[in-house]
Amino acid sequence: MDTSFTAEENAFAEEVRAFFAQAYDDDLRARLESSNPTIFRAAVIEWQKRLHAQGWIATGWPKEYGGTGWNDTQSFIYETERAAAGVRDVIPFGLKMVGPVIYAFGTDEQKERFLPKILESDEWWCQGYSEPGSGSDLASLKTRADIDGDDYIINGAKIWTSYAQHADWIFCLVRTNSDGKKQQGITFLLIDMASPGIKVNPIVSIDGHHSLNEVEFNNVRVPMANRIGEQDKGWTYAKALLAHERTGIAGVADSKRGLTQLRELAANEVNAGRTLLSDPLFQKRLSDIEIELMALEFTELRVLASVAVGGAPGAESSMLKIKGTEIQQAIQQLTMDVAGYYQGMLPNDMSAEQLGHDFGSQARQAFMYGRAATVYGGSNEIQKNIMAKAVLGL
Amino acid sequence: MNFDFTEEQNMLRDSVARFVQDNYTFDTRQQIAASDTAMSEQNWQTFAELGWLSIPFAEEHGGFDGDAVDIVLMMEQLGKGLVLEPYLATVVLFGGLLSQGGNAQQQSTIIPTIIDGSCQGAFAYAERQSRFELADVKTLAKPSPEGFVLTGEKVVVINGANAAQFIVSARSSGDQADETGISLFLLPADAKGLMITRYRMMDGQLVANLVLQDVTVSGSALVGELDAGYALMESVILQANVALAAEAVGIMQELNTKTLEYSKTREQFGVAIGSFQALQHRMVDTFMAYEQVKSLLYRAVCAMTDETRDAAIAVHALKVLLDKNSKLVFGEAIQIHGGMGLTDELDIGHFAKRLMMINTTFGDGDFHQSRFNALRYS
Ligand SMILES: Cc1cc2nc3c(=O)[nH]c(=O)nc-3n(C[C@H](O)[C@H](O)[C@H](O)COP(=O)(O)OP(=O)(O)OC[C@H]3O[C@@H](n4cnc5c(N)ncnc54)[C@H](O)[C@@H]3O)c2cc1C
Repeated sequence: MDTSFTAEENAFAEEVRAFFAQAYDDDLRARLESSNPTIFRAAVIEWQKRLHAQGWIATGWPKEYGGTGWNDTQSFIYETERAAAGVRDVIPFGLKMVGPVIYAFGTDEQKERFLPKILESDEWWCQGYSEPGSGSDLASLKTRADIDGDDYIINGAKIWTSYAQHADWIFCLVRTNSDGKKQQGITFLLIDMASPGIKVNPIVSIDGHHSLNEVEFNNVRVPMANRIGEQDKGWTYAKALLAHERTGIAGVADSKRGLTQLRELAANEVNAGRTLLSDPLFQKRLSDIEIELMALEFTELRVLASVAVGGAPGAESSMLKIKGTEIQQAIQQLTMDVAGYYQGMLPNDMSAEQLGHDFGSQARQAFMYGRAATVYGGSNEIQKNIMAKAVLGL
Repeated sequence: MNFDFTEEQNMLRDSVARFVQDNYTFDTRQQIAASDTAMSEQNWQTFAELGWLSIPFAEEHGGFDGDAVDIVLMMEQLGKGLVLEPYLATVVLFGGLLSQGGNAQQQSTIIPTIIDGSCQGAFAYAERQSRFELADVKTLAKPSPEGFVLTGEKVVVINGANAAQFIVSARSSGDQADETGISLFLLPADAKGLMITRYRMMDGQLVANLVLQDVTVSGSALVGELDAGYALMESVILQANVALAAEAVGIMQELNTKTLEYSKTREQFGVAIGSFQALQHRMVDTFMAYEQVKSLLYRAVCAMTDETRDAAIAVHALKVLLDKNSKLVFGEAIQIHGGMGLTDELDIGHFAKRLMMINTTFGDGDFHQSRFNALRYS
């Protein structure tokens, strides 16, 4: 039983810290927090290119494809330092989602065509899985792909497609076969967003931002060469992708930072001459969260340790997701409570000095969007169904 | 023992419910929220014509002489429509302070203008350092030859953007957090030296910060006794908390109804999601959460009308449970709606935001729980 790091690992942590301190400067940080989508997008690209230059853009990828080739401990250290420094994570759709599918199941042509552009952040991806009628029951999806010569013709609609308005490519699950089990007739396609017949309709979410979209496909022609693996086997590739995302799914490092910030805010918020942080009721709510997080940190380490000796991360990732998102939401809620009246702030032209407050709008935005964490990526109810079956054998 | 309403009370409730149903669709509400004033002057006039603005006031001023039950019934229905018109700010708070503390002159000139819909009011009590502590008042009221000179700042003033008249709390003696030494003053929005900065909140309200720079008011602008404003504020805010809780109860009921409805129509895995026991149990929980808050609301109303019970304890209990249970209700409503619950277009998120703002108004759950603890256990 030992969770201390080796001297090499500590040196690596030091190196990561130093890089962030230098490369993630205040100017960049400010632009990454901009509510102007053009400034924000340009800043994300700039940051991701800096990371790429450092060789750290693809933390989960093998070396041969341009990844870091890190083991789980190194990835864990990197994640911890990233979150502690308040450095934003990379946009996941290319780097964490479709990239690994392409290098694992794609053809050589596909690897050559797509991976470098993902690493360079020159092409943006979005994920076209969910449909209006198929959310939790994803395998019931109906967007059709009919064969026409060397092409598929796509008809249907995807929904909740994050950042489709910025994306150059979309990776989609489509139906190529309606016979047999619903999981079996699904195909994984890479589709150029500039294809004729694609229409993107914006959806504003409850945080007031536009990141979600509906994507309509009207006789969209997609070359068969853009199919991943075999026809009708797309479900298998999509599932492999889910298993890939094991480190970081619990968001422990980000929650630790959130908790630290929350603590600072509470130390500055005064009611009747007493700081919130010294109020026993507040302390109870804060420590309830901190204790759960202390446990989750070790739960995650235990999962990592068992994966390292050959176990497959199965239902454990459900547990990490459920507990992780519950903790994130608890932190967001308590931060709102600290903001008091100001939790209702919307972005406006007033300075914090004029307003008398400086984190209400941010807290609101994080809280409202944060409701999604228990819905997307397999809702927490679905995760519990998985655990009931896979862990408890029910 | 009976929890029935009188014929008149039923009529009042039904007429508010009808107004909401006929004139306050969610789309209309969103248009009103986006408008310059974030309220509809036309609706306000309708409120006046229907007599709703007269409910709590004395007959001698043209009022209806209503009680807490009338206000509760009214607010519950307004909550269901997420109504933006400033009933709480103008009638319950501003009007309440005048009814309970105003002098004869103030009452006879201003209350009739509240009732006829021509005067909107606001109560400015919060300061940037005060959080929920009413007694934490830095704004100063210094005696002057004309009366008083007010200097300081008030923040997040509900209906502060539209109010023609304000009642402002200011320190006339004592230290920053003393309960004694606070006085309330009536002043018009166009008073010299008063600067009003307006901004919008997530629940559609247009609020304001007030900066008072040597604002001169006459001695007759005092509402209630000099240095004794705290008790007056407490008493009116007690009633306002009950009114807000009634609004919240209306919202919680809407959220539960809409979520239940959605769970019966949304299908996944070939069946309605409402057929999953995991969701059924949670909807039973949110139903009970609503019923429990409603019970404490009734309990608080009884405590307010019946002198022998301790109204403060009942109201603190109400706000504590409301904070806790409303978070459960709106959280489950969003979650059970899945992706739909995350959209701005759907009303669910807007009901949630209003509940969140109600919870922070006049103190959140922790604030009221420590008050409750202090009254019960020490
Ligand atoms: C902010 C956000 C971003 C998203 N980004 C993307 C994206 O980029 N690409 C993409 O493809 N999708 C995306 N999604 C979609 C997301 O994956 C779906 O919302 C999710 O799968 C749930 O589907 P649904 O919204 O249709 O809800 P439903 O499946 O209709 O579920 C409604 C409710 O019923 C519950 N439920 C369903 N089945 C069961 C059951 N068997 N037992 C118990 N409870 C059940 C659910 O947990 C939920 O609470 C995003 C969603 C959000 C909110």
